[in-house]
Amino acid sequence: MSKQINIIESTAVPIEIENIDTDQIIPARFLKATSRDGFGKNLFRDWRFIQDDENKPKTEFVLNKPTYKGKILVAAKNFGCGSSREHAAWAIKDYGFDVVVSSFFADIFKNNALNNFLLPVTVSEEFLKEIFSTVKKNPSTRLIVKLQDQTIEWEGGKKEKFEINHYKKTCLINGYDDIDYLLSMRGEIESFEKDEVLF
Amino acid sequence: MSKTLFEKIWDKHVVKTIADGPSVLYIDKHFIHEVTSPQAFKGLEQRGLKVFRPKQVVATADHNVPTINQHLPIKEELSRIQVQTLKENCEKFGIELYGLGHPYQGIVHVIGPELGITQPGMTVVCGDSHTSTHGAFGTIAFGIGTSEVEMVLATQCLLQTKPKLMRINVEGKLNKAVVSKDIILYIISQISASGATGYAVEYAGSAIRSLSMEARMTICNMSIEMGARCGMIAPDEITFEYMKGRAFAPKGAKWDEAVAYWKNLQSDPGARFDHEINIDAADIEPMITYGTNPGMGIGVTGHVPNLSEIDEKEKPSFEKSLNYMGLEPGIDIKGKKVDYVFIGSCTNSRIEDLRMVANFVKGKQKASDVEVWIVPGSRQVEKQAREEGIDKILEDAGFMLRQPGCSACLGMNEDKIPAGKYCISTSNRNFEGRQGPNARTFLASPLTAAAAAITGKVADVRELI
Ligand code: SF4
Repeated sequence: MSKQINIIESTAVPIEIENIDTDQIIPARFLKATSRDGFGKNLFRDWRFIQDDENKPKTEFVLNKPTYKGKILVAAKNFGCGSSREHAAWAIKDYGFDVVVSSFFADIFKNNALNNFLLPVTVSEEFLKEIFSTVKKNPSTRLIVKLQDQTIEWEGGKKEKFEINHYKKTCLINGYDDIDYLLSMRGEIESFEKDEVLF
Repeated sequence: MSKTLFEKIWDKHVVKTIADGPSVLYIDKHFIHEVTSPQAFKGLEQRGLKVFRPKQVVATADHNVPTINQHLPIKEELSRIQVQTLKENCEKFGIELYGLGHPYQGIVHVIGPELGITQPGMTVVCGDSHTSTHGAFGTIAFGIGTSEVEMVLATQCLLQTKPKLMRINVEGKLNKAVVSKDIILYIISQISASGATGYAVEYAGSAIRSLSMEARMTICNMSIEMGARCGMIAPDEITFEYMKGRAFAPKGAKWDEAVAYWKNLQSDPGARFDHEINIDAADIEPMITYGTNPGMGIGVTGHVPNLSEIDEKEKPSFEKSLNYMGLEPGIDIKGKKVDYVFIGSCTNSRIEDLRMVANFVKGKQKASDVEVWIVPGSRQVEKQAREEGIDKILEDAGFMLRQPGCSACLGMNEDKIPAGKYCISTSNRNFEGRQGPNARTFLASPLTAAAAAITGKVADVRELI
């Protein structure tokens, strides 16, 4: 897993469907593994294959169309709703995406993505609509995401700023994990515990 | 200054706030299960870490366990390994495990409350999105991913940004045969599957106050289905009554001290919410979903929306959804044939749910062409159901009480709904493939599900009681 993100320039894969839940991203039957690896091959499993058969791809599904490739997944609003399974973020990252663009992300998914150096970029509805139509018109359009500047744009096209808090941005650019930060806080956590009310 | 219930608990648990960043939030209770924990333990081992506060972690096996013959080794290899891995990790790291065969085993969100582990004022997390259930006790309770499970195991803390606050007031008296599942399905149908994203939701109002703890848990449970970070209800006498005497509830003088503290856990008059919604209980009828997200709900006497009633922008998703469900726009939902009935899951598998079903089906017979699975939420629920003779009533009506687990709620074990079949389910998600590849789910209350079990169709339970 690449543990630093800053500038990502790539063509995009558009899925113009709202409320894509984590059961679609990775169905529950693939959650039996005890390691984090290899989930990419089951990404959007039931949208990708007929009757779960890898030899029978659903040709109309975007991941099976040779036209669309790249490190940036673009999806309609409320992406990643439903289950807290981090396997969804693992599957997207493992498949080869570094960025997911949507107008709206479910909370837990967003945290899971950030914890796996998968950058969720929230754009306005209008901007998202334009990305969809531009990419569909010309699949070789390259999107450019600059984390340092917090911008997303495409060549000869529009540019929009996106939000991310300063702490998370620093983590992603430098490859820091939350857990390292929390571990460095252990002393403070222990003194906090002295005043905890627990019955 | 007036504070909301959420703020009172949040403020007490912030160890530190990072400038222009999240807060370090202390976690009181951490529930874990077999599916979302193995990679977290592996992470700890790779870093050479121990579990920081093993006594504040409780484990159970629920997501991936069979619901018949639990005394036998699990047949499917991967599932067996996952359950075994949990056992080994708990032994290695000193965590209490209520695994298969233990009298406390059950769905994580059923056992926490029933054992008195979940207590008002706490912060509670679990690697499962329906952790919001525990909010019924006046806790901040939310689901987390596996990296976060690892963080809590390592430090008992998480980095969290404070959500916005929403209050949903449900006032008035509920109609006949309308239960808490209908309330929450109604709320979600009103505000959509993303309507509360970014918010912590407090449920209030006379209709909520009148509910039992089991019913309140059903409501908080589904908060995540409208995107909320968590759902909560202020504790009151009903809460204390439910908790008293439970295995891990405080006892004696400690109990009195605790209750005195818990009584302060309410939103102050004048406390500010970023958003407030008012709902009239009288507007709610028995609800059912017709689509593939929990926001697609209607009253049982309603009809699937016509295309003309749908926003232009939402049409592609709507059509995809109806296509998956095999339903035409505009049709009445009542009378639609069902093949399976699933009564279970952390939304509706508590003793009160089983009592409700038993009361209704007593003296009636199951429709011959329907398969019915009734899965209790825990060993304790199962035991109590047997003690109360509920198992007999169900058997007489042609049903069978299975053994506890998540079962067909997520179809990880063998309890899957076959492709193309219709299942009326008391669980919380009707997503594509949730109950099995190409399975079609109608979400409803235990009463409406039981009515379908008797008639073989989507029915209006009010006509049958
Ligand atoms: S019953 Fe369903 S929703 Fe509840 S914890 Fe199990 S899988 Fe999750």
